[in-house]
Amino acid sequence: MNLTLKIWRQQNSNDKGKMVDYQISDVSGDMSFLEMLDVLNEDLITKDDTPVSFDHDCREGICGMCSLQINGEPHGPDKGVTTCQLHMRSFKDGDTIYIEPFRAKAFPIIKDLVVDRSAFDRIQQSGAYVSVNTSGNTQDANNIPVPKEDADMAFDAATCIGCGACVAACKNSSAMLFVSAKVSQFALLPQGKVEGKKRVQDMVAQMDAEGFGNCSNTGACEAECPKGISLENIARMNRELISAKLAVKH
Amino acid sequence: MSKSGLFKSSIGRKLAMALSALFLMIFLLQHLVINITAIISPDTFNELSHFMGTNPLVQFVAQPILIFAVVFHFIMGFVLEIKNRAARPISYNKFNGAANSTWMSRNMIISGLVILAFLALHFVDFWFPEINTKYIVGDMSGMHDGGFRYYEELLHKFANPVRVGVYVLAFILLALHLMHGFGSAFQSMGQNNKYIDGLKKFGVIYSVAVPLGFILIAISLYVTTLN
Ligand code: HEM
Ligand code: SF4
Ligand code: FES
Repeated sequence: MNLTLKIWRQQNSNDKGKMVDYQISDVSGDMSFLEMLDVLNEDLITKDDTPVSFDHDCREGICGMCSLQINGEPHGPDKGVTTCQLHMRSFKDGDTIYIEPFRAKAFPIIKDLVVDRSAFDRIQQSGAYVSVNTSGNTQDANNIPVPKEDADMAFDAATCIGCGACVAACKNSSAMLFVSAKVSQFALLPQGKVEGKKRVQDMVAQMDAEGFGNCSNTGACEAECPKGISLENIARMNRELISAKLAVKH
Repeated sequence: MSKSGLFKSSIGRKLAMALSALFLMIFLLQHLVINITAIISPDTFNELSHFMGTNPLVQFVAQPILIFAVVFHFIMGFVLEIKNRAARPISYNKFNGAANSTWMSRNMIISGLVILAFLALHFVDFWFPEINTKYIVGDMSGMHDGGFRYYEELLHKFANPVRVGVYVLAFILLALHLMHGFGSAFQSMGQNNKYIDGLKKFGVIYSVAVPLGFILIAISLYVTTLN
């Protein structure tokens, strides 16, 4: 198929940037979206043009590196997939495809379609861990009983790959789905409960400091999340934060 | 940085938003019940209006709380809107919000602004004249020409079809505001549990039924004035 691509080009973080049109032909429906961009880049290189920068790593939907706002949706029109898992058969001959970077104040653009998502790392570092003594006397984790239901919910929350699609989809650029998944995967388990009150407060404070927006409960994040992270996690984080803030301070 | 106030955090602000909204939704139900009496029994409506208008608890406790809740709610609505816009300084060339969320959820500020404009009109229509009569003129009797004045004043206002039209439009926007807002408020309070599906269904019924009730009453009053 033949396609018109409208791609955001921006040299560096200081450049103003603009949308640039490209024509691409003979695209196979079996290509992934990233493979289609590889073909475009090869073409650009042979013409002595600068290839389009975009993020990617595993190309199998597990690392969370690939991004892209495709036709107004993060990871494109298909549900439950990352951009590397999106196939060109989801488009048809003659289509015009808008390809833009994930947009948020907290995700500054590095180049073209590559954005800096280290705000997520800083949120993680602020509390998404369990402090364990490495004394050699650490208890076997299996000694602590965990209800199956809680274990399942914690596991589901832990499948978040930190891709940032939730932020990109949200009209407010809110990171609530990501942060709530990270809070939940600990809050649901006995090991995580010990530092639970401090964790949720620190992570939410960091989230706010990074400049992400508030949650309007539109549900766009859940609908666009490649891993199907549920809004229930946001409610859980709200509960955790409210009760932590209201708790008597020692 | 962690142990600072609840309402300084993004989640705390949404909790405050939800609590003020919850109060407003309870008030709305109470207001509707009183309005219904205007249709079925103007005498009861007069009695209730006089009670609400002169009871010191209603006037000096409930009314200030209500005004505070409304003002707080819309100011916080503006604050959130400004912060949310600032979180995406450069917008997308193409943004397909309809693919993942409802129009209502994305446009609470628009439905909210229409409600705010309606409230201004509503205050000019009823609240200011009422305050003027009672506390400036000093007439607490609630009487006019030998009978209670409330129902007569109500009919007088709803004789104007333009006003009725504006009210109907505002209530449609209120319905849209609540269709997202009701469920959203519970989510903001952290209540997404086994009851949430039932609550959301109840929320849709509430969001349609309450504004529709106000609309039917406005139209019915207008029809009464035609005779
Ligand atoms: C006076 C004008 C009003 C304005 C400007 C306004 C504005 C807003 C805005 C912008 C939001 C969304 C906040 C967000 O995105 O997080 C909101 C939420 C809400 N509003 Fe209003 N609103 C108004 C009146 C009302 C009234 C009269 C009611 C009910 C009777 C109401 C009920 C709600 C509810 C239930 C929510 C959801 C709260 C939540 O998400 O936690 N609003 N309002
Ligand atoms: S919650 Fe979903 S969309 Fe958000 S970062 Fe995690 S995997 Fe990506
Ligand atoms: S490249 Fe790893 S998830 Fe797409």
